[in-house]
Amino acid sequence: MISKEDIKKLEETSMIKFEGKEKQEIIKKIEESLSRIQCLEEVDTEDVEPLYQVFDYNQKLREDKYNEEMTLTRDEVLQNTEEKEYGYFKLLNIMD
Amino acid sequence: MEILKLTALEIREKLINKEITALEITETYLDEIKKDKNSLNAYITLDEEGAISSAKKLDEKVKNGKKLGKLAGLPIGIKDNISTKGLKTTCGSEFLKDYIPPFNASLIKTIKEEDGIILGKNNLDEFAMGSSTESSYYGVTRNPLAIDKVAGGSSGGSAASVAGNQAILSVGTDTGGSVRQPASFCNLVGIKPTYGTISKFGVVPMANSMDQVGVFGRNVKDAAMFLDVLMKYDKNDSTSYMDTGKILRNLDLNEEVDLKGVKIGIPREFLKWECDEGIKLRFREGIEILKSLGAEIHELDMPYLEYGNACYHVLSTAEASSNLARFDGIRYGHRTENYEDLDELYTNSRTETFGFEAKRRITFGTYLLTGEEREKYYIKSLKVRRLIKEDFERAFKEYDLLVSPTTPNLPYDIGIESNGTKSMYDGDKFTIPVNLAGLPAITVPSGKVDGLPTGIQIIGNMYDEMSLIKAALAFEGGIKNGI
Repeated sequence: MISKEDIKKLEETSMIKFEGKEKQEIIKKIEESLSRIQCLEEVDTEDVEPLYQVFDYNQKLREDKYNEEMTLTRDEVLQNTEEKEYGYFKLLNIMD
Repeated sequence: MEILKLTALEIREKLINKEITALEITETYLDEIKKDKNSLNAYITLDEEGAISSAKKLDEKVKNGKKLGKLAGLPIGIKDNISTKGLKTTCGSEFLKDYIPPFNASLIKTIKEEDGIILGKNNLDEFAMGSSTESSYYGVTRNPLAIDKVAGGSSGGSAASVAGNQAILSVGTDTGGSVRQPASFCNLVGIKPTYGTISKFGVVPMANSMDQVGVFGRNVKDAAMFLDVLMKYDKNDSTSYMDTGKILRNLDLNEEVDLKGVKIGIPREFLKWECDEGIKLRFREGIEILKSLGAEIHELDMPYLEYGNACYHVLSTAEASSNLARFDGIRYGHRTENYEDLDELYTNSRTETFGFEAKRRITFGTYLLTGEEREKYYIKSLKVRRLIKEDFERAFKEYDLLVSPTTPNLPYDIGIESNGTKSMYDGDKFTIPVNLAGLPAITVPSGKVDGLPTGIQIIGNMYDEMSLIKAALAFEGGIKNGI
């Protein structure tokens, strides 16, 4: 059901790679999972709307004002990486 | 006085009456954690310095006659997917092993404002993905009642800490049963309130439309008191329910309760499912206790519950695949040294430090959201979810509460289930539908089978935590009085 080509596409989309034994393992696990969810096909869902959220209230918006309590300093934002310079996150060059 | 034998309510009262100090309480609990005589491994990070500092400040408040918070002096464990400013938050993953949040989750602010003492961060399945805490990068958590068995998951550390005298209360998260199942496995009370009633701001998401913070306690009163403190509207959480403050407004934990006039339903689908014989027996005895307390109990049909597991499996993995995309190695977490371009940076950072279960769920979730599969599985599951919710809505027109065993299986040996997706998949079948519908539910200890604990799950209607807690108090009293 799931080919090596399918796995390659999934690896690219999910940004995760499987090597060696794990490649066989993930195919097996996905196929097992697929067989467990096939039962959904037997449910008649004609005229049924998808339920994205369990509540019926709307997103509350806030005022577009600076809120000091909810703002991090630049140092706080950068504190969890060594890869930083000039007050920015540092990355390899991605522009030609 | 044996501090470890006191309930949370007793600890606070004795602190207020100056019979004990916050420092004595904190040091007693810290000693238990450091000794960890059964190698529970309930904590990933212990904040000894922070806890002692909080305790000393609290003792000053007591000395100066200041007003004390509702959690004054209570030693509390926090699941390690909840952000604590300045204190490592790993989500049980190698990817985040050095991550220190620059902010507190809203519920952490609440605990501190109410003078709770945070002891440290509890172990969990990696990114809350699992039912046994075996997928944690930091090792498994043992069940204090049977140390060769799992404590459950994903909030296994939170459960084990309370059951193992390493916290008096703890906080977990529950997406498909991850508070209720470990609570049942560790002979505790576990409460998952209505979706949106405890702030998720600062809680690392797994599946946002189902994630809900929950609490653990050794008895109903302790857990309910803690729940009452944490349930509040938070404008920083866009899913927070504005009228949360009204839900437990009239809560009186000292009220005498019985269940006269309460109508309780048992979904027939639950009764048909495979379940340990001992658990079935304890459940039937539990039903008799509820009847003797005055409840009227009937069976009812809820046909779409049958599809709960499949529906959850699709939605939780699809949502998780999206949520875990934030872990790219740029701003926080592990950054690989092995890359030539940006794609390799992202891919290798994640591949090198995510465990297999996390990779499996992300990949499967991604599969379900791409191409034709999206309509066939993801959209289909959302429609089935509506049918399941409607099953519950119909049920609550006639019944006040629904009941089931909390788990179909007893706590199992560490290592035995970790290779099979099947058993862990089925272990959450009674708890999962509750999350799909966003309802509140509580698990209460309901007796043992061969020395291992079981729980009864009581499910309430949206925002009806009052009925849930009253029923749980009555049931707990019934069990204690040997009805």
